[in-house]
Amino acid sequence: MAEASYPEELKYHAEHDWARIEGDEATFGITWYAQDALGEVVFFDPPEPGAQVTKDEAYAEVESVKAVSDVFAPLSGEILQVNEALGDSPEKINQDPYGEGWLVKVRMSDPAEVDSLMDVGAYRELL
Amino acid sequence: MSDDVVTIFERSREGRRAFVAPEADVPDVPLEELLPASQRRERPADLPEVSEPELVRHYVTLSSKNFHLDEGFYPLGSCTMKHNPKLHERVAALPGHARLHPLQDPEYAQGALELMWRLQGALAEIAGLPHVSLQPSAGSHGELAGLLLTRAYHEDRGERRTKVLTPDTAHGTNPATVTMAGYQVVKVGTAEDGGVDLDDLRDKADDEVACLMLTNPNTLGLFDRNIEEIAEVVHGVGATLYYDGANLNAVMGIARPGDMGFDIVHFNLHKTFTQPHGGGGPGAGPIAVSNRIEPFLPTPQVVRADDGSYDLDHDRPKSIGKLRGFQGNFGVFVRSYAYICSLGGDGLEEASKVAVLNANYLKARLAEEGIGEYLPIAFDRTCMHEFVLSGRGAKEKLDLRTLDIAKRMLDHNVHPPTVYFPLLVDEALMIEPTETETKERLDHFADVVRSILEEAAEDPEIAKNAPYTTPVRRLDEAGAAKRPVVRGSPQGGGSDPHPRGEKP
Amino acid sequence: MSRYTSVTDQDLKAMLGAIGAGSLDDLFADIPDSVRLNRPIELPAGRSEQEVNDHLAGLAARNRHCDAEVSFLGAGMYDHYVPALIDNLLSRSEFLTPYTPYQPEISQGGLQVMFEFQTAISELTGLPVSNASVYEGPSAVAAAGYLAKLETRRTTLVASRGLHPHSRAALRTHAAGYGMTVEEVPLTAEGATDLDALAGAVGDDTAAVFLQQPNFLGTVEELGELAEAAARTGAVVVCSADPLPLGVLKPPGEQGVDICVGEGQTLGNRLDFGGPSFGFFAAGERFLRKMPGRIAGETRDVDGKRGFVLTLQTREQHIRREKATHNICTSQALNALAGVVYLSWLGKRGLVELAELMLRRTHYAREALGLDAINPGPVVREFAVRVPDLDGLFERARAEGVNPGFRLGRDYPEYEDGLLVAVTERRTRADIDRLAALVRERQRVAV
Repeated sequence: MAEASYPEELKYHAEHDWARIEGDEATFGITWYAQDALGEVVFFDPPEPGAQVTKDEAYAEVESVKAVSDVFAPLSGEILQVNEALGDSPEKINQDPYGEGWLVKVRMSDPAEVDSLMDVGAYRELL
Repeated sequence: MSDDVVTIFERSREGRRAFVAPEADVPDVPLEELLPASQRRERPADLPEVSEPELVRHYVTLSSKNFHLDEGFYPLGSCTMKHNPKLHERVAALPGHARLHPLQDPEYAQGALELMWRLQGALAEIAGLPHVSLQPSAGSHGELAGLLLTRAYHEDRGERRTKVLTPDTAHGTNPATVTMAGYQVVKVGTAEDGGVDLDDLRDKADDEVACLMLTNPNTLGLFDRNIEEIAEVVHGVGATLYYDGANLNAVMGIARPGDMGFDIVHFNLHKTFTQPHGGGGPGAGPIAVSNRIEPFLPTPQVVRADDGSYDLDHDRPKSIGKLRGFQGNFGVFVRSYAYICSLGGDGLEEASKVAVLNANYLKARLAEEGIGEYLPIAFDRTCMHEFVLSGRGAKEKLDLRTLDIAKRMLDHNVHPPTVYFPLLVDEALMIEPTETETKERLDHFADVVRSILEEAAEDPEIAKNAPYTTPVRRLDEAGAAKRPVVRGSPQGGGSDPHPRGEKP
Repeated sequence: MSRYTSVTDQDLKAMLGAIGAGSLDDLFADIPDSVRLNRPIELPAGRSEQEVNDHLAGLAARNRHCDAEVSFLGAGMYDHYVPALIDNLLSRSEFLTPYTPYQPEISQGGLQVMFEFQTAISELTGLPVSNASVYEGPSAVAAAGYLAKLETRRTTLVASRGLHPHSRAALRTHAAGYGMTVEEVPLTAEGATDLDALAGAVGDDTAAVFLQQPNFLGTVEELGELAEAAARTGAVVVCSADPLPLGVLKPPGEQGVDICVGEGQTLGNRLDFGGPSFGFFAAGERFLRKMPGRIAGETRDVDGKRGFVLTLQTREQHIRREKATHNICTSQALNALAGVVYLSWLGKRGLVELAELMLRRTHYAREALGLDAINPGPVVREFAVRVPDLDGLFERARAEGVNPGFRLGRDYPEYEDGLLVAVTERRTRADIDRLAALVRERQRVAV
């Protein structure tokens, strides 16, 4: 994705991760800023469905040719689904970080945590 | 598009051969009688079948695609790419060296043992630490030895420590070694003057800390003026102080790590001591240690008896054991020893002085107008044998990244400096000219940098798509990582991640 | 000014001027006086090339090398014939003097050599992925232990007593760092790994099991059976293999071995009193992203041209730092070049012919010596025998310029009178007969 973009409807985490809230489920990914800093993603090593993730802790890694980056969970919960398509096409994370480049889907264990995340304005300011 | 890249396997034609076996002068016993069927190989390994002329042409052609030190300048920071003296190949090839079996009875290997003994002594004097082991195979191996020795030392005193401190400017091998040695990495910050942040060090140095790993001068090319105080803090909590010898080329004969307070030092014989780099090794990483660390040194140690004879001492009850087979990379010792004999004390001191002179001169040339505003110095102090520039000026003013500058240098037949290290500096270029470059070569390098920047001011796209004149242009590294192809496919066919004509 | 530096008085003046320093000493102002050496370094004065040449030649002349005696000494490194073209190619500046290929556009020669080397090792070992070299054999074994720790998170290593003593020692030394213990499995009375003992030693906390093929005594192990027992609780099965015998031996990769490592000296490298040589490291596909060391990968450039790069660098220390799969940086690229050239020189048929020649000569030697065999089973290039009056044999042999082999007693006290005899393609039938005659001499005298 050539132009920086930060969708309005998402929530943001200081470590450059986003969350899309849908009922008691949330989808996670990394922001445009993160994928731009990383360069072309060549490998994503997902956690297993059923695994627990904890807010503010790293749950996976994303690799480019020259760098490795921890991916941080914006919220706590149980992994329901991982984006299998990234196995063959990890570059989706660069091309469509908020759509086809989603990483995992979780069932939130503590929806109140959403309040601690930033909205797009606050995240933009952080940048 | 003609694709002239062919592997040796693809040159194979059934029936061709380069090897003819010596005459079989023993009875032709059937294989079935000599090996059980369960262990007999059914299908021969699919190695190439080529004649000698084809074999030679193949590898000579490959060699022509390599840039190398005997052709040009390699200002790679922390690599010390100094000239490889040609005498060394001759003496290393002497049968008494090259054809000597490692397990030959020491009585019949006195020349080799004496060479090792003398090299040990020279390294001890250079380091200012009395006891040396030549065993580690490379710098990283020496680092691991240092931490294993540290562990043994603490355990011998009945202590179990858990952490090792490294500065955030440390070479990647340092933290990697810490983990392999079973310790936790704790990073120490860098102060504004480029040295270790003493407050942060005091904060983090406690009795859980086993060791602080440092290099001095550091990877920014700066001598840490507070080294004595650092040593005091570290020793004060009972930890060891480890010296990464990658930057030793700056201080030989001028200051010794042992005198600065270091307990363990490793040397990179393939940096400071001219062992040719070979495209990625071999090297050697001997270590020098203080008295309190000596009992734990690897086995065997080269010893000298009162009658002047040499031996290998295997009887070392507190030794950490062995890091590798036999005694170490003896072929590398021969070359380093020849170098030390050639230069002598005077010559080594001169080498360091000229290394520092050359670096400061090049730094001054690259600070001139037309270069300096695009590649400002990261820390504005007198440097030692290397210095670090930041490419942020070029990025902001010319939309040119350090990577692009490096790639455009290839078209000028100059090897780029180390790039994007240390991590502390944005768009870093780490430059170490070494003492064996002439002033004219340094001037030429400065001219090349200037011309690349001038060209970019006109049109940054040129550098962004460089190089143009090399055997291949920029390669699809992402593709190589996403779909790794790490061997040729069997039966000689090329394994192709991108079918012919399809661009990555 | 030495012969390698070139700063004239004129240069010095101009350079100090540009720097803005008054003297060379000014450049060292940051070094506190209290840590300076402040005296000349105590080393002999430098000498001319001729003098250094003669001094080194004098030292070399005091070593009895393999051209000065008929040597049956093996035990991990061997006197094999290295063809002249290897000396010739390795002395080329283009192979000898470049740096690690971090700029692939100007390193295609070195990178393609790595790729070809990886292919050759993969073929030999029967495993799909290989790296571009590690330091040497015993530390390669230790590296496999580290990988097994990263992979399984278990804490015990099980190693056969048939592993080279240096491999077992290196494993222990490295394991002390990564917090693992090493348990040893004994050999049978026939000098092979005890299968029952191995099966008994393997448990739920075993991260890896280490075997050697042929083992240190030269025994051809029943690798398939051993690997099966080793893998029972999910441990990583590691085999340290001798590359030349793999010309006739079934590859470890076809027998349930997960990682095959080994010492590469016999592949076109010098003896060099123990180094430099290279270690190889090959493994199953699932270990690719955890392997140590450099790996070259094939790719294309922007014009679609075929080329090679260092790949999967995120495993390595310069990127992953404390989480790297290993700390290795400089390895053994030049020695690996010798390795792949040697394997290409031997070729598909040549490797088999060479291995068969060694097999037959070794068999002949064992019979000709007529001594008590410590390992009577199948051997390829080396075997162990009991020698009454070992000292006497060595005394007689030395006087005649023959080296009978490696005395086992120090490393294997259970074989106090044991001798390990290596028979490479350089040992002719006449050489073997000579050793046999020396052995018989004692027996004649004793009667």
